[in-house]
Amino acid sequence: MAEALLSLDDLAVQFKVGSMLAGGIKTLKAVDGVTLDVKPGECLGLVGESGCGKSTLALAIMGLVLPTRGRIHVGGQQISGDKPPDRMAMARTVQMVFQDPYASLNPRQTVRRTLADPLHLHGVGDKAEVEARVIDMMAKVGLRPEHADRYPHEFSGGQRQRIGIARALILKPKLVICDEPVSALDVSIRAQIINLLLELKDEMGLAYIMISHDLGVVEHVSDRVAVMYLGRIVEQGGWQEIFENPRHPYTRALIAAIPDPFHRAAATVAGAKAKGEIASALNPPPGCHFNPRCPMKADLCTVETPLLEAVSPGHLAACHFRDRVI
Amino acid sequence: MRLGANTWIGGGLFAVALAVAVTAPWIALTDPVMDANLLNAELPPSREFPFGTDAQGRDIYSRVVYGAQISLTVGVVSQIANSIIGVTLGLTAGYWGGWWDDFVNGLTNVMLAIPSLIFALAIMAILGPGLVSLLIALGLTNWSYSCRIARAQALSLKSQGYVQAARILGYGPFRIMFTQLLPNMLGPIIVIATLGMGGTILAEAALSFLGLGIRPPFPSWGSMLSDARETIAVAPWVSIFPGLAIFLTVLGLNLLGDGLRDIFDPQATTRRA
Amino acid sequence: MTGPLLKVENLRIALQGDGVTFNAVENVSFEIGRGEAFGLVGESGCGKSITALSVMGLLRRPLSLGGGRIVLDGEEIQNASAAEMRRLRGKRVAMIFQEPMTALNPLSPVGRQIAEMFVLHQGANWRDAMDRAEEALRQVRVPSPERRIRDYPHQLSGGMRQRVMIAIALACGPDLLIADEPTTALDVTVQAEIIDLMAELCAAKGTAILMISHDLGLVANMCRRVAVMYAGRIIESQVADAIFAAPSHPYTRGLIDSLPRLGERAKRGRQRLTEISGVVPSIQAYPAGCRFNPRCHAVTEICRTTAPEATSLPADGVVRCHHHG
Repeated sequence: MAEALLSLDDLAVQFKVGSMLAGGIKTLKAVDGVTLDVKPGECLGLVGESGCGKSTLALAIMGLVLPTRGRIHVGGQQISGDKPPDRMAMARTVQMVFQDPYASLNPRQTVRRTLADPLHLHGVGDKAEVEARVIDMMAKVGLRPEHADRYPHEFSGGQRQRIGIARALILKPKLVICDEPVSALDVSIRAQIINLLLELKDEMGLAYIMISHDLGVVEHVSDRVAVMYLGRIVEQGGWQEIFENPRHPYTRALIAAIPDPFHRAAATVAGAKAKGEIASALNPPPGCHFNPRCPMKADLCTVETPLLEAVSPGHLAACHFRDRVI
Repeated sequence: MRLGANTWIGGGLFAVALAVAVTAPWIALTDPVMDANLLNAELPPSREFPFGTDAQGRDIYSRVVYGAQISLTVGVVSQIANSIIGVTLGLTAGYWGGWWDDFVNGLTNVMLAIPSLIFALAIMAILGPGLVSLLIALGLTNWSYSCRIARAQALSLKSQGYVQAARILGYGPFRIMFTQLLPNMLGPIIVIATLGMGGTILAEAALSFLGLGIRPPFPSWGSMLSDARETIAVAPWVSIFPGLAIFLTVLGLNLLGDGLRDIFDPQATTRRA
Repeated sequence: MTGPLLKVENLRIALQGDGVTFNAVENVSFEIGRGEAFGLVGESGCGKSITALSVMGLLRRPLSLGGGRIVLDGEEIQNASAAEMRRLRGKRVAMIFQEPMTALNPLSPVGRQIAEMFVLHQGANWRDAMDRAEEALRQVRVPSPERRIRDYPHQLSGGMRQRVMIAIALACGPDLLIADEPTTALDVTVQAEIIDLMAELCAAKGTAILMISHDLGLVANMCRRVAVMYAGRIIESQVADAIFAAPSHPYTRGLIDSLPRLGERAKRGRQRLTEISGVVPSIQAYPAGCRFNPRCHAVTEICRTTAPEATSLPADGVVRCHHHG
């Protein structure tokens, strides 16, 4: 069994919000006890809606936010609340592709500068080598050499996203966090970018954490899937298990929420739609966070927080009724 | 890039003032300090003296021309100092936040509460009059607006994706501030600097008028106005021309600043592709 | 009354550039029957939103109505005066937008904003109007409506705000509700609820819906008929089931094939997604002939020179392609 590239151990990230004068200081439990592994070359799909903590989780994995509790092991680095990571070593291990191609590139830098600067920063001094790596990376993402001296505003959204991908990969990281990489792109070009990401993953032996609310994309690219709700993982397992046999009511609600013109998922998720709004992460419901919206809610759910336990090998769900046959 | 009327007119006026200052030794008719002949005192404008003469019989035109050198030097140099101080403080405060931000904010609030002219006066009183003291006094007291603007820009830009990307790539805070943030805030900073220059020129004029800036007999538009106080009824041209020079230069800078603001205003082009 | 509720014929919307005029939208024709849900699908910049705005008479410079007819309930309104359009808006035609935070007045409690509709269009007094506003909030399934009427928009979540928008829009029982990407900014589970709510309320009140979105699946699920727009033209229009089962236009087919759908991978393994090459053209650079031609795999010479005419398809369908089918 390959050694995990990324290992999260009861990770919690909390923020203090508010002030003494305006309603008191509250604790925001953005990430509330996450234990997770990603193996080299694996793609983990991370699914969740607003307030689930996926953005904070991504920041913590990259070492930009320190954990309040728990530990992160990534590529030989260890991060914990009192042990901040080595910034430069982290940069060569974990990188990120951003959602908004229009805001994620420095408008005053050419493509060449955006790609070459990190190489200089990390000690690649030889001019010829830098140039070669820049052109090579551009070719890998489908850009031509003459694009190197252009500015971001001269490119389309899809091309900008390619530049962003090139920037993320220029230091040859081992893990790339893709945060909704295609949601801000036109529908007709999303396929181009998804295909590109998958090709690069195979070619460069990368591991991905694919954050997306689009379950179709998640099913297509992931090896394993984790579903988050209000700071906790509520279900995780292999992609096929999760989508064909979802065992947590929230996962079922997500699948049921997808417009289904081909009437495919109807059987598995009939009657599974969630009610009401997502609660605030500042004031989550007691017990199981999902209980106010859950079609299967029972009294037990408001009292006892269900643990993430196995339904079958490799498939875990945090629900008191995880074994109930629907 | 279409430049509005403001930019052309303003830029033109300022360019003229600059040109006058640079070519002063060649376009002046007399030595502004030495050529004083009491027999020519308070003569109205004529062919020999295009702007007339002052109470000491000096050619006002030449004094206005040389005065441009002083006023513009003070204006430009002080403003550059102001911008450097203000941007450095504001950029670091906005990016880092925390106690440094609180400190800079407090300092800025204090600076904004003290009328800058009074502050400059106080410094001049300590340092004594003269060009260098003037530069120091004005350079140290007018950085608040640059600071505010730089801080606001830093706050809004630091959450942009490319700044976060730089952090993830291992860029340190100074590298980020000076290579990622600063180039993207130049627009508003240049606008504030241009408008600020008008302010420092006026401040210099005021200080010299009060006798605390450039002392006579050296020509500065402000000190010329001061000298002309007594004769304003009988020889209005002694105050009109330096006053007009100040007015046109500062007007030019204000128009230029407005025009630049229109250019640098971010145009939202959120097209998706 | 017979005939369709809304009939748009050969709509053309002009965009004024620097001394040049572009046709942002042209030759757009469609009909919406009474109480019918009709979907208009397309990517950013295809002209779907401005088509909706033109029906409401809300086009602003540099956009303007360049030609065509808009017939609401038998009455031509494309040349209606500003005052006439104001009387129609809210009462006969209502619109909801993608971002409710910018559409709601941040300084006014939401109950009051709903009540305004009754006061303005039906001459109700404020007391009655506020009672009816509370009832309206109950209808859009906002919990504790008696307390919520006093809330300000920023105190509500995105989903709640959109429900308030729907309440305002449907307050006076309009004949047509135009919804421009109403759920794009919302979370997936909330999206599903809002769509269900809209469909249910409109069915109950007999309100027709013009649903605008970039999400073909969402629209096909909710609407009876769907029209697909590309670069300012309607390139295909069919009954919803048919458009998914048998898309006629290469663009529609490309869209459907390119997006990964649940269940595909389990059946056929992970296939490389079929890409549509190229990018969406900008208004200033629309290609000649068929506007999709630079990206089309079935392109031939005629596609580059001649814009395709509308060909009829079964069940009132229409497609604009030289090589459809």
